This record gives sequence, C-alpha cells and structure tokens, in this order.
Amino acid sequence: MTPVSSKLYADDVSLLMVLIDTNPYFWSSMNNNTSFTFSKFLSHVLAFLNSILLLNQMNQVVVIASGYNSCDYVFDSSTSSMQRAECLLEKLEDFVDKDESLSREESVDGVGFSLLSGSLSMALCYIQRVFRSGPLHPQPRILCLHGSPDGPGQYVAVMNSIFSAQRSMVPIDSCAIGSQHSAFLQQASYITGGVYLKPQVSDGLFQYLSTVFATDLHSRGFLQLPRPVGVDFRASCFCHKNTIDMGYICSVCLSIFCKHHKKCSTCGSNFGEARKQDPSASDQRR
Amino acid sequence: MADGGKVVKRAKYKSSVKVPGVPGVLKMTRERFYFMPNDPTLTTKLNVEFKLIKGHKFSKEGSSKQALLNLTQDQGGNYLFEFDSFPDRDQCRDFVASAIAACGEVGKATSEKPAVPHDEQLSATEMGRRIKLLQENSELQKLHRQLVIGGTLSEAEFWAARKKLLEQTENKKPKQRVALKNDMWSVKPLSDGQTNRVTFNLTPEVIHQIFAEKPAVRQAYLNFVPGKMSEKEFWTKYSRAEYLHSTKNIVAAFAEASEDEELAVFLKQDAMLASEARKKIRRVDPTLDMEADEGDDYMHLPDHGLPQVETKEILEPQYEPFKRSFSQYLNQHAAVVLRGRVIDVELGDTRSVAEAFTRTNQAELANDVSDENAYRERINKVTRVAEIEDLQGPRDPPVALLSIKDPRDYFDSQQANAMKALGDAETGIRQLKFSVSKEEAFCSLKDSISEINSQGLIEPIISPEVALKVFNGLSQNISSTKYHLGKNPHESVLDQLPSATKNELLLHWTSIQELLKHFWSSYPITTKYFYTKVTRLKDAMSQIYPKLQEMKESVQSDMRHQVSLLVQPMLQALDAAFAHYDADVQKRSAKSGERPNGFV
Repeated sequence: MTPVSSKLYADDVSLLMVLIDTNPYFWSSMNNNTSFTFSKFLSHVLAFLNSILLLNQMNQVVVIASGYNSCDYVFDSSTSSMQRAECLLEKLEDFVDKDESLSREESVDGVGFSLLSGSLSMALCYIQRVFRSGPLHPQPRILCLHGSPDGPGQYVAVMNSIFSAQRSMVPIDSCAIGSQHSAFLQQASYITGGVYLKPQVSDGLFQYLSTVFATDLHSRGFLQLPRPVGVDFRASCFCHKNTIDMGYICSVCLSIFCKHHKKCSTCGSNFGEARKQDPSASDQRR
Repeated sequence: MADGGKVVKRAKYKSSVKVPGVPGVLKMTRERFYFMPNDPTLTTKLNVEFKLIKGHKFSKEGSSKQALLNLTQDQGGNYLFEFDSFPDRDQCRDFVASAIAACGEVGKATSEKPAVPHDEQLSATEMGRRIKLLQENSELQKLHRQLVIGGTLSEAEFWAARKKLLEQTENKKPKQRVALKNDMWSVKPLSDGQTNRVTFNLTPEVIHQIFAEKPAVRQAYLNFVPGKMSEKEFWTKYSRAEYLHSTKNIVAAFAEASEDEELAVFLKQDAMLASEARKKIRRVDPTLDMEADEGDDYMHLPDHGLPQVETKEILEPQYEPFKRSFSQYLNQHAAVVLRGRVIDVELGDTRSVAEAFTRTNQAELANDVSDENAYRERINKVTRVAEIEDLQGPRDPPVALLSIKDPRDYFDSQQANAMKALGDAETGIRQLKFSVSKEEAFCSLKDSISEINSQGLIEPIISPEVALKVFNGLSQNISSTKYHLGKNPHESVLDQLPSATKNELLLHWTSIQELLKHFWSSYPITTKYFYTKVTRLKDAMSQIYPKLQEMKESVQSDMRHQVSLLVQPMLQALDAAFAHYDADVQKRSAKSGERPNGFV
C-alpha cells in the first residue's frame, strides 16, 4: 500500500470491495438464456470501477473473484503493479485456471453455487487490515455482484460474515445480476444498512451501478436510494417451512417449530421430561 | 351563665356600629347561636349555624369603646353584637372561636373520607387541584369534558384513576416524628463553687435517654423503685454514681461501691450491655474479616483514635469492673439514636417508660431464639466461603454439546421467507434445468475474458435508450417506496393526514383508552355498582364504534388505507371488550339462579 500518513482522508474517500461472481456454470446458463454474457458484465464492471477511481483521487478499489471452488483477490488499485484493467483480466484468467484445476466433479446439476461466504470473509479481512493501518483510512464498503443462487451449505458462514460486517459498520451493497433474488444478499444489505438491488434491465447494469452504488457513504445521507420494502422478520418453522407468528423454540439450538415435538429434529435434544410439570419449561413460547 | 356546652349573654344586635341596636339575649351552643330580642314583637330573631360562620372580629378593650363582636358569614353578611361588658364579650368570643374551629374540623373530616365512588363532598383545595390540572393539560380537559360532562364516567371515577397526578401537585409534608436527641447526655454537674453541693438536671427526655442507653439502670429502677427506695433517692444515687465516674477516680468509685451495693450497680459495667454486644458480634457476617479491618484503623491507635480520656495507670484486677471506656459509651449512644424511638409512651411517667423498654427488649430476645436457624445458615455460609479449593472435585457444569446436523434447515426457512417478502415465489422455487460439463463452462468463461482482453470495452457501454429506461425504473421505484409508510420511524402516518382527521383520531384513541381502562378495571364484577358502571361504559364504547367506521369512510381514498390501519387496533380492542362483556353477561345469567345476590 502507498504511504497513507501524508494523505488526508476526507469523509468521501471510499474503499470499495467488489465481489464478482465467476461461477462458470452460472455464466454458461446466462449465455444460453440471455444476451447478457460475462464479457458484457466485465465491461460494465470495468467501466464502473474506472469511474469510481475517477470520482476521487484517493478512492481505492479491490476486486475479489468468488469462483466455484475458491476465491481470490484479482485487483487492488493501491498496488502500483496492478494499475491497469489488463492486470485485472490477466489475474482473472489465472484465477479461473486455478479454480478449474481445483474442481473435481465433471459436471454440476443446475448452476451450482459460488463461494460467497469465502469472498465476503476475504473482503472483511482486507477491511480489517485497513482499519488497523492507522487512524486515517478510507471509508470501506462491500459491493456484491452476485448471480448464482444461494448455497444452503454456506448459510451459517454467510450469516456470520454479515454479522461481523454489521459489527464493524461496513455496509454490504448487493446487486443481484441473476434471474432470481438472493435472500442472503437481501438480508446482508438490510442488516448492514446497504442497498439491495435487482436490475430489471440487465443491459443497463452500468447505469444501475453508477446511479445507485457509486456514491460514497457520506453522500448517501443526502440521497434517496432504493430501499427495501422491509424484511419480514417472522420466522418459518423447520418442520413445514410455514411462516409463523408464534411457535416452539428448541432451547438448545434455537430451531423453530410450529408444533410441539418430542425431539429437536435439528440438534437431537430431547424435550418432554420437564413438560410434565410445566408445559413451557424446556421449550419456551415466543 | 356559662358552662362547657353553651353560653348565654345579654347583648344588643346591631346592623351597624352607629345604630343603637336591639337589646336581647344571645345564646350559643356548640352547633349554632340564637338571638332573642327582649321585645317579642320584633322580627330580629336569629338562628344561625356556626358552620356558616367564617370568622369573627372584635373591638379592642378600652374605656370609651363599645364591647363589640362581629361574626362574618360565609356568604358575606355579618352579625354585630354589642355586649354590656368586655368580660362578657371575651367569653363569647372564645366560645365562638372554638365553635368555628370545631365546625371546620368536622367539615374537613367528612371531605377526607376515602373516596367512596360516589360524588363525595370535596374540599376546596382538592377541587382547586383538579381544576388546575385540567387547565394545565388540554388533552385531559378534552377527555374530561367528553367523558364526565357527557355522563359516561362520574367525577370521582375519572379522578380515581389519576390519584398520582393529583398527589404530584400536592406538596403536603408528612408529619415528622421527632427522633432522639443526638447529643450525649454528658453529666456536667452544676456546682455553685462555694458549697459542696452538686446539682444534676434530670428531665423526662433525659431519663428516656438514660433508660434507652443503659439497660442496667432501667433494670435497677424497676427493681428498687418504689419498693426499696423512692424515685428521688434512686436518681440521687444514680447522679452520685455518674459524678464518681466524671471524677475518673476509679479507686474512689471502688471504695464507695463496696460500701453501698445499690450504688455498685451503677458503677459496675453494664452486664446486660455486654451480653448484648456479644450477641451482636455473633450476628456479624462470618465472611467479614474483622482482623483485616484493623489496618484501616486511624493510625493504629487503640480506641479508634479517640483521645484517651482514661488514666493509663495499671489497675488492680478488683477495680476492673469499674472501668468504663468512652468509645463503648459513644457506640451505645449511637446505636440508640439510630434505632430511634422504639417505645410509644408518654415521657412523664418514668415507670411506664422503663417497663416499655423492658417489653421491647423481651420481644427482641424472643426474636433471637427464633434465630437458631439463621445461626445454622451462617455456619453453612462459613463453610461455603472458606472452602479449600484443592480438596474440591472438578465442578464442570453439565454440558450437552450442540450438534447441528444440517445448517440447510436454517437456510431453507430463511429462504422461503425472503422469497415471499420479495414477492417472486415462482422464480425462487423454479429450478433452472441446466446441465453443462466442467470443461465447457470454464472454457466459455475464459473465452469471455480473452474476448474482452482483445476487443476492449464495448463502445458505447450503454445505449441512451437503456440508460433512460433504467433511470425511469429507478426513480419510479424510489418514489413508490416513499409510500411504504410506517416502516420508517421518522415519518409518521399521522402527520400526513389532514389535521382535523388527525385530531379526531387522537381524541378517539385517548377516550377509548380511558374507557377501556375503566372497563377492564371493573372486572370481576362483585357489586351492583360495577355492573352498572360496566354497562354504562359499554354503551359509551358502542357509540364510538360507528364513529370510527364513519371516519374511515369519510377520508379520501388515498388515505383510507392508512386510516383503516390506524383504526384497526382500536376496533380490535373494542371488540375484545365487547366479547368479554357478552361472555360475562352470559355467565352471569347462567349462574344467577344459584347465586341471587350478584356475586360472580
């Protein structure tokens, strides 16, 4: 990193962590179904990154690729050797090669999932390093450009990342470029105070990016950005996936059920002994 | 011609000071006064209650002046009497004063009776307080006007729920109980210097203090007086003992005590106090390390740094019981003062004071006996605190390891929810039917990268038409989210309604809350009174109900949704009350055969 001590970071200097989805299966499906290809996506994103760097001389952009098997930093504007877009593309190609070599299965059912949890963690680690670099640092934020469906296996890891981002006051902006909404990113943005957006017109991605996500955190206070209608915080039960207002909670793992069970299906805890004396002893009502 | 109950005097009734007046007889009783003119044909008979009399004035005594008494009436009129002599007038005046005072007290007593929920008679101050509250709080005034003047609630009911408000405005001070005097009764004998007489002043207050601080003296008093010696002898002896102490001549004290065994009682150390002190020490928290506190002592001086008043000479053991330490006395005095007045006896009677003290002491002793259990508890505590860790086995809390089989469960429940919230359940559920081999997928990705590497960015990145479309979409989206009201705590739905509707809503809301409060507090219905009250409240609420509906329909269509959202909880609350009322009525009618006197 360049020496920061001489720099005077104003409140509108940003550190933008961009997570791009490089799940090959997702992009193949996009190739087949829509006219929005990875190269189009890349050119929109590169233009956007350039405009971010032009907005303020001290703005910093870091790009992390979330692949199918791994994730890695592919661009860092503060590193002098990687100043140009060609470097990004070069690094990206290397990354895809590596990602392919790590892959064991010959084909994947559906489009698979990209490693969102891993790239989110890397972004947060980078931000933590910037926080520790000194009292003056750019205002960090994370932008997820994500298209693959949410991976159920990553749920806990992603939620943990979201909460740690919330703790360090890093907003997670998210732009769902695929055909479906992402519950992960919607929650991430809601919890961390970022913006969640699903573009209606894929070809206008650059316009969406520059209109909604280009502004720094300070200026956001003055803008009316698209806000979610609100997240339904009601839980759905683990047994029937129904949204419920009131139900039973496992006192051990906090799984939610709409009916009383003898045993928790998630963690295997036995209910029932205390129930003879007091119906609400072992599993409390919400 | 006067006794305790009434006064009869010759007097003239005058309409003003100047006129000669009507001669007659003035008769006063506790409740009222009568005036009978000497000439029975005159119509100036009077029969007035003292309740109506507010005050009285009288002329100053002097040779040239008339002896006048002027009784002022509540409504402004007054009665002027001229007496034959000043003593006559003074007697009447004193009687009038006490009669007026008595009437006033009776009036106050009736108004301060606990508020039976009927229209009680209010004192003027109470009324004033309520009026002041209403004036200060316009919302309360509105509610008061609607409910009380509208006849739904009685005045008393309305205020019964607001006793706190009333009490806050009241700044009455509670009557203070006088504590014990804090100064120590150090016996400063008054000697006149010439003769050898030494005088002690003993007041009932001082005796009270002595009894409280020195149980041995109290015991001695109960034993000796009046059988062995008179009260005076007793106190003389006590004073002598105190004098001996004040001279600090222990040897002399010992000599005197060996001659007079009664005197010895006062001179020896108080055995009762000593045993009490031992008991107290036993009651100290066992975990308190008194040894450790010694370091905090004032400069490690003995007697806690108090100036040494005692002679340092070494005493023979026989004198030991006659030694007294100042700090002991100080501690005992402090304990007594802090305990405050434990007995409730007139101080005049020395014997009853002494007996009362003994009684309270015995009560305390009885408590101590029941403290057996507390002692055992203390022992337990000691063993618990002074536990030797090395000898204890490992004491891990019983832990069940959390094993979550599949985090997918968490995800699925969240996912279903989020998709529902976003309103595209179809796309969320729909699985993309798609299959591609690994090589194919990665190759196409790499192709895309090399494509952009060779061709550069697309020129132009975005066509103006698409950009315009995006702009329109975004601004529409943003402006539409503005109408998702109620999600943002900073903007309230109420503020967007016309002010008339807003005020009406607020008023309805407060009055419904008030009515519901009274309604629910009347349950369970135990008396006829509650029954009528509940019926009354229910009728009032059912009148509000159609008004709410009406208001919902009267507002403009774009506001109607918001208003109905606001009105909904009110209607629900009312519905719940009505349902409860109906259920209760049914229950009562079913039960009424068995229990005719209205108990639920």
